[in-house]
Amino acid sequence: MKDFFKKLPEQAVRVAVVFLVFVAVVFVIRQFIIPPEMKEPALQQASSMEREVAKEIQYAGAQICEQCHEKEPQIKKIGYHRNLSCESCHGAAQKHVENPTEVKPTSPKKRDYCAYCHKYNSSRPTGFPQINPDTHNPRKPCITCHNPHNPKPPTTPRSCAACHAQIERAKAASYHALIACSVCHTAPEKHKTSPRTVIPTKPDKREFCGKCHDKGSPRKGAPTVDMAAHGEKYVCWQCHYPHTLGGI
Amino acid sequence: MDRRDFLKHLGWVISSGGILGGLSADAWAKMLNKTYDTTKHYYGMGIDIDKCIGCGRCMQACKTENAVPAVPYYFRTWVERYVIKTDRTVSVNTLNSDEPGDVLVEKDVLRSFFVPKLCNQCDHPPCVQVCPVGATFKTDDGVILVDSKRCIGCRYCIQACPYGARYLNPETRVADKCTFCYHRLVKGLLPVCVEVCPKQARVFGDMKSIASPLGRFTRMNKIHVLKPSLNTDPKVYYANLDGEVN
Amino acid sequence: MEAAQNFMELSKQVVGFIYPNEIDIQWSILIVVYPYITGLVAGAFILASLVKVFNVKELQPTYRLAMLTALAFMLIAPLPLQLHLGRPERSYEMFMTPNLTSAMAMFGFVYLWYLMLVLLLEIYFEYRRDMIVWSSESTGPKKWALKLLSLFSTDISEKAVAFDKKTVKIITIIGIPSAFLLHGYVGFIFGSIKANPWWSSVMMPVVFLFSAIVSGIAMVMLLYMIIIPLRDGKIDMKCLDRVASFLFYAVIVDFSIEVLDFIHRLYESEESIKILSQLVETKLFMSLVVLQILLGMLLPLGIMVVIKVFRLQEEVRKLLYFVCGLLIQLGIFSTRWNVVIGGQLFSKSFRGLTTYKMELMGIEGFLVALALLIIPFVILSILIKLLPPWKKGELAGS
Repeated sequence: MKDFFKKLPEQAVRVAVVFLVFVAVVFVIRQFIIPPEMKEPALQQASSMEREVAKEIQYAGAQICEQCHEKEPQIKKIGYHRNLSCESCHGAAQKHVENPTEVKPTSPKKRDYCAYCHKYNSSRPTGFPQINPDTHNPRKPCITCHNPHNPKPPTTPRSCAACHAQIERAKAASYHALIACSVCHTAPEKHKTSPRTVIPTKPDKREFCGKCHDKGSPRKGAPTVDMAAHGEKYVCWQCHYPHTLGGI
Repeated sequence: MDRRDFLKHLGWVISSGGILGGLSADAWAKMLNKTYDTTKHYYGMGIDIDKCIGCGRCMQACKTENAVPAVPYYFRTWVERYVIKTDRTVSVNTLNSDEPGDVLVEKDVLRSFFVPKLCNQCDHPPCVQVCPVGATFKTDDGVILVDSKRCIGCRYCIQACPYGARYLNPETRVADKCTFCYHRLVKGLLPVCVEVCPKQARVFGDMKSIASPLGRFTRMNKIHVLKPSLNTDPKVYYANLDGEVN
Repeated sequence: MEAAQNFMELSKQVVGFIYPNEIDIQWSILIVVYPYITGLVAGAFILASLVKVFNVKELQPTYRLAMLTALAFMLIAPLPLQLHLGRPERSYEMFMTPNLTSAMAMFGFVYLWYLMLVLLLEIYFEYRRDMIVWSSESTGPKKWALKLLSLFSTDISEKAVAFDKKTVKIITIIGIPSAFLLHGYVGFIFGSIKANPWWSSVMMPVVFLFSAIVSGIAMVMLLYMIIIPLRDGKIDMKCLDRVASFLFYAVIVDFSIEVLDFIHRLYESEESIKILSQLVETKLFMSLVVLQILLGMLLPLGIMVVIKVFRLQEEVRKLLYFVCGLLIQLGIFSTRWNVVIGGQLFSKSFRGLTTYKMELMGIEGFLVALALLIIPFVILSILIKLLPPWKKGELAGS
């Protein structure tokens, strides 16, 4: 060993010494000087989770509201808004829970808040009640006629457009504009109040459309086609969407 | 500073470090064992596209709860609106973003719907894989967290996320993202986006519990996840997701 | 407020749909500068290794210059990274708790390895004898600086010098894969991101490496052509022609790999092809088609073919080499830009494009980037003064 070191040129020894000193310093710093929470991932993750969990809560959760407010949840339970959380409209209420007398949650009483959900937007799923805020009782606060906790409309909607506005608007620009919904769909009166359980009918045979559109139909002005030779085995609405201009 | 002072100083650094290290582990053990055991939960979210009405309450509540920077475009969760026309063109925009008036001509529309999006809390998270310092990690209960005290702000995780769920918080200058409202989960509360959704389009469940809202959701619906080909194994499950969504 | 206004401006320039969090480019010009710099380091070292390992004797005049160039750029390399971090004061964590699955975590270690064990060590053994001689000839601070750099060594016997030469060769042999690692891992940082189809590619480390070699060789060639006349020397044309030859081969390989990637993308035509085509045709047209391909690759290639086919005069060759060198620097910088910035200009939804507003001032602005590109040359000039690459007789010409 000593011979090896003797044979090694002095510059190599110098380099080796510098390198070893460097390694030793790094080792000492890493092992003895750096505290564990700076180099151990498990400790760091644990402390991070602690800090995450200690973050402030702003929304209390609907179940807590019921502990003090008995009336509104009872009203809400039977209406269309039964699945709405209180804080969906009243905003973050944790501070109110911690200090009920001095901190009050917001209470949206103007028209603009209801519009977030109920203003007409054609991408909303069909059947969702929507209105045009400009024409539906303009300037009147919504809560004048609709109790927000049980927002049953003051009168049963007369037209299908109240909930099926997107279809109505499409139809209004189509060839079937002047045909009432009831011509093709029989909607029991109960559908207006129990829309998901009582469902209107839809035509199920080609002959239904054929009443107007088959060759020899008495209906003037409707385009006709020989139903026996047209459309193979499909129902008419497979290809022709009846609410638009006869295409897809 | 002479040698004695230096050694004293050093001794203080080492011992306080040791105590601090011990404290954190202790405090954490206390919290874990007594009230909440991370290994007994595994969270996931279900989103039903057919139910979302695009009201944006979830976006607004999340910003309030999690102090997401008010600067307009950062979101932990957001809702996208898809309009697919009869000529098969697709136009997409984010709810409440400042876009020029979208005049929708109903007769040209084939399909149109809203898609809520958020961090998918992937089971094979690419963001955790690429973080150089291990500041983002997956907890035992399946939530991906970011340690804001350790993140160095290199933004590699933001590049690696295929879903655009992460952003750099301009105030803290570290990476940030949806945490499934982890600070609420451990207390038995729901994430706020689920809490305020008027239509229950978002459903939250603990996959390790015997009964959870995800049960019916995953049984009755055909489930899809975003970008399955990237093998990130997301834990946000979509029902009735259209193929145009990516 | 200013940030909100900034976003409003940015959003007006968005084409199509982007995820809301993508409005901001995350990696700015500093992250374009970093691979450019490490590319120069790796490329200059590869040129140097041609002399020591592959015994290309004509290149000897460029050897020391290449090593000093590599060192000068290497010293600056961590700066763009530090400046771009959201929390630069925490960068030491990469040494404390590196995440072993992250390519970026290896930066600190690869950098230290390459700087210390390859560059510094090799320069030490290459210059040791000369440093001892020079220190005995100079006075004052320069004398002590040289003594310190030579680690106070004194042996300049033939045996010691022979040992030095052998050690240099061994270090260079280790250095070649180290250089590949130094720049290749940057390519892997991009190439391993499956979320980004512009980056995600097996070829990314290879493309990065070869464009690095191209830029490094071109840079040393440029520096050689600038510095020698400044020191009233004569350019060794045999050396210059040989450097240009290697540059030519490197450009051909680099170009072939990039064309292969391009053809492969178009042919496979995966989901992202639509948005990527739109990206290249609109936002990246100038920087990719014009700067990177036409001016940065095809034009220099054409010039070098012309030089090889027609035996042009020395002065004409020198001028053309110089022009090629500059065009190639422009081209490789554009390459880095197109990869880094280009990869962030399209949305991961594949439905839209955003924009990059480079600030002038600010820590990630144009001026800082420019400064980072200029400082290595300043360092190089200091290094050349302290450790001259050529002995007095060498510059008289061949």
